[in-house]
Amino acid sequence: MRYLPLSDTDRSEMLARIGVKNVDELFADVPKNLLLKAPVDLPRRKGELEVERILSRMSSKNVPASSVPFFVGAGAYKHHVPATVDHLIQRSEFLTSYTPYQPEIAQGTLQYLFEFQTQVAALTGMEVANASMYDGSTGTGEAVLMAHRVTKRRKAVLSGGLHPHYAEVVRTLSDMASDQVVTMKPDVAGSEDILSQIDDTTSCVVVQSPDVFGNVRDLKPIAEKAHKHGALLIAVFTEVVSLGLVASPGSQGADIVVGEGQSIGNALNFGGPYVGLFATQSKYIRQMPGRLCGETVDADGNRGFVLTLSTREQHIRRDKATSNICTNSGLCALAFTIHMTLLGETGLTRLARVNHANAIKLADQLAGVKGVEVLNKTFFNEFTVKLAKPAAEVVEALAKKGVLAGVPVSRLLPGAGLDNLLLVASTEVNTDDDRAALVAALKEVL
Amino acid sequence: MLNRQGRPSSAGQAGATNAHPTFTGNKALAQIEPLLFEIGRYNTTGVDIDEPEAFTPRLGGLERKEAIGLPGLSEPETMRHFVRLSQQNYGIDTGLFPLGSCTMKHNARLNERMARLPGFSDVHPLQPVSTVQGALELMNELAHYLMTLTGTKAVSLSPKAGAHGELCGMMAIKAAIEARGEGKTRNVVLVPDSAHGTNPATAALIGFVVKPVPAREDGWVHVEDVKERLGPDVAAIMLTNPNTCGLFEPQVVEIAKAIHDAGGYFYCDGANFNAIVGKAKPGDLGVDAMHINLHKTFSTPHGGGGPGSGPVVLSERLAPYAPVPFVRMKDGGFELVEQTNQAGGPAAPFGRMTAFHGQMGMYVRALSYMLSHGSDGMKQASEDAVLNANYIRAGLSDLMSLPFGDKPCMHEVLFDDAWLKDTGVTTLDVAKAMIDEGYHPMTMYFPLVVHGAMLIEPTESESKSSLDLFIAALRDLAMAAKNGDTERFTGAPYHAPRRRLDETRAARNPVLKWTKPGPVAEAAE
Repeated sequence: MRYLPLSDTDRSEMLARIGVKNVDELFADVPKNLLLKAPVDLPRRKGELEVERILSRMSSKNVPASSVPFFVGAGAYKHHVPATVDHLIQRSEFLTSYTPYQPEIAQGTLQYLFEFQTQVAALTGMEVANASMYDGSTGTGEAVLMAHRVTKRRKAVLSGGLHPHYAEVVRTLSDMASDQVVTMKPDVAGSEDILSQIDDTTSCVVVQSPDVFGNVRDLKPIAEKAHKHGALLIAVFTEVVSLGLVASPGSQGADIVVGEGQSIGNALNFGGPYVGLFATQSKYIRQMPGRLCGETVDADGNRGFVLTLSTREQHIRRDKATSNICTNSGLCALAFTIHMTLLGETGLTRLARVNHANAIKLADQLAGVKGVEVLNKTFFNEFTVKLAKPAAEVVEALAKKGVLAGVPVSRLLPGAGLDNLLLVASTEVNTDDDRAALVAALKEVL
Repeated sequence: MLNRQGRPSSAGQAGATNAHPTFTGNKALAQIEPLLFEIGRYNTTGVDIDEPEAFTPRLGGLERKEAIGLPGLSEPETMRHFVRLSQQNYGIDTGLFPLGSCTMKHNARLNERMARLPGFSDVHPLQPVSTVQGALELMNELAHYLMTLTGTKAVSLSPKAGAHGELCGMMAIKAAIEARGEGKTRNVVLVPDSAHGTNPATAALIGFVVKPVPAREDGWVHVEDVKERLGPDVAAIMLTNPNTCGLFEPQVVEIAKAIHDAGGYFYCDGANFNAIVGKAKPGDLGVDAMHINLHKTFSTPHGGGGPGSGPVVLSERLAPYAPVPFVRMKDGGFELVEQTNQAGGPAAPFGRMTAFHGQMGMYVRALSYMLSHGSDGMKQASEDAVLNANYIRAGLSDLMSLPFGDKPCMHEVLFDDAWLKDTGVTTLDVAKAMIDEGYHPMTMYFPLVVHGAMLIEPTESESKSSLDLFIAALRDLAMAAKNGDTERFTGAPYHAPRRRLDETRAARNPVLKWTKPGPVAEAAE
């Protein structure tokens, strides 16, 4: 076995040194009748070539985004990730290190986490950010719990524009914790009356912008109303590139900003691993979930970084902790930080403009197709269209023609009467040919 | 100054280390690297993108008006910045990484290559199911492996890490109890003192009341201590097995029976599964739910703190409550059940843990590990992991103290700090001195039930000669401590990229991001 360095001679010598006759003597505490005599019923070991063959066969049954005109979004986006990013995150010292519990030999991890926190705070327009969450959806769940701790109230109001998976994660967690959740009806037009739902018992209002239907939402009036009633505004995003062009949630009065960072540095990966971004105001840091990296000095007075404020965390506070999170998304945060370093302000804002411009071109072209109606007045790189036929059927038919057209709303909200709606995303990867292919295929199918 | 676990709460004293200072501050290969924000420029980008043709924004007047504050670097500068940072890190590929309970085993690069196959890395979670049949096949295959290895009937793959898996398992238990109509009355979860902090944190998160089970002098949980606390109010016990003292719980079957007889469930923390893969099946021991850290047992890289992956295996009694999504066979292919009301049959999913379908990238790596090892290799890996830990025990037991006596351990061996009594050296000092000797320290001050704990987990990835060198280094250190060579320890590390860091200062005055130095900032200080 190529991964196991011990030889049989080593094993015999070691057993003798330990003073046992065979290895099963070391398993003496396992009930004898339950100690397995033979290997379990699974295939035996395989060489690298064989494993590669098996997994390549499975991989080849899937249709990669890069191989077709691709317009699928709804919370995960196909972007170009520079080669440098994937090379750097595979550096041994990053890839094979642990959570930086021994800071003297983990300054590499700690410094990039400090840079990550600074970048996330700047992007969201907030004072502090943590060292990442699992993803945007679980981060949203944690944000709601944090709001409950801050306000000492237990009712969350979820916008009808919040990604349905995110809403379900929040509801699952809240149901289990016996907290109250008010979920607004699906809000295709971005025009819901969420203000009327906010009262003195509200802990937080959770609003996504751009929302799941693509609408860019004005958060200021919601923040004002929430604050008037002592509630917090949790601003959510699923497309972090939008922050390059849209006013930051912090500048609009958000108290907690949480979202998905996959678009920067990370591949689609069929849904994970991704990286949750989480930011808030300084006055709430002791109520924050997740790891925090802070600056300090070493015994020689040199600047260094450590994990800090860990008295919030499970390994110290146990059942009184602010969260149970331990492992987060370190390497995906690194990918984010490297890609963001390459982009810089200049590259990010340009990338955002290209995305927006591409989406506008696509929306205008689709609006000219018979049986397609573009519903959005505002959008960033994704919008909703109403089709003359159920979107799921259309998507399936287009897939057969080699075009991945988007996400049928019915896949996220079955039974909501929105079966003819399709979410269409367009990023920098889409070419004029891609758009033409989608338009042509739609004309054939509709 | 020591806290309850005998852990120093302030930094150690300085010692003179820099006998030959350089003009730059660099020391040959050890380069000082400023923060990105100190070297980056706001008008620099390392990505060539063309400006789009003119367009009229459709953002409803919500365009960003202020600058963001994100400096950029060209590609060569970016490369150098992050390579230099990486060189200040210790990884498994650097040397022995005996971090107990964390299972820092070899991360095979085949797994990295497999995870990057475009059919896995470049597919979207919401593209048509007909276009991702291979991805669903992989998830189904991984589930089959996990169920076979654990002797269980169901698995929920979607949890994003170990603690998230715990949450998933405890939610399934809560859902099952509510379905029995006992949601109001059964709300206590028993957690031994030796448990990982995530266990009580998880139980408390969803409204359970945590009651501790005290530690015994032999390091084991005793069935009578559990029975004493059982009653109609007890929902579950969360037991780590093998436990965090590095011992297999010999009464685990009796404990499982007791909790079942009392109407509760057995949650097993599977963080230490690496000791028994292919040797014993948790399902046979009576486990109802157990998370598996793919990033420990099945070698997906820890990546400096994630991403992980924490699938939860479930007994038949809990299987119906598994959350969405899950994969199942349909018409010779695979379908993905994404909505709770589409589950059908006896299934009553309690909800959803995360957007999309979990950590696909980790699934691929873990399956690549399992296919490579096979059933025989996984059994051998467990045996070697246990053998290696016991070999370290045998090599150090005369110099360092074993809190529960010199008896066989599982894949990790636990020492306390009794052997350091009157030396003026603490567990933390030993850890920092190990850094100088070229080793990553063991887990320190955990589990909490042992004073000044040192938990050493070598894993199966270490050769005998590597272990011999490690044992020799620790023996030298132990002798030095006992012989009064105190400064070697209290000032350590002397040779790391940084000397000991002041954690108290970091917590007292949190600086969590870079801020532009300027007259305003100075005035504020």
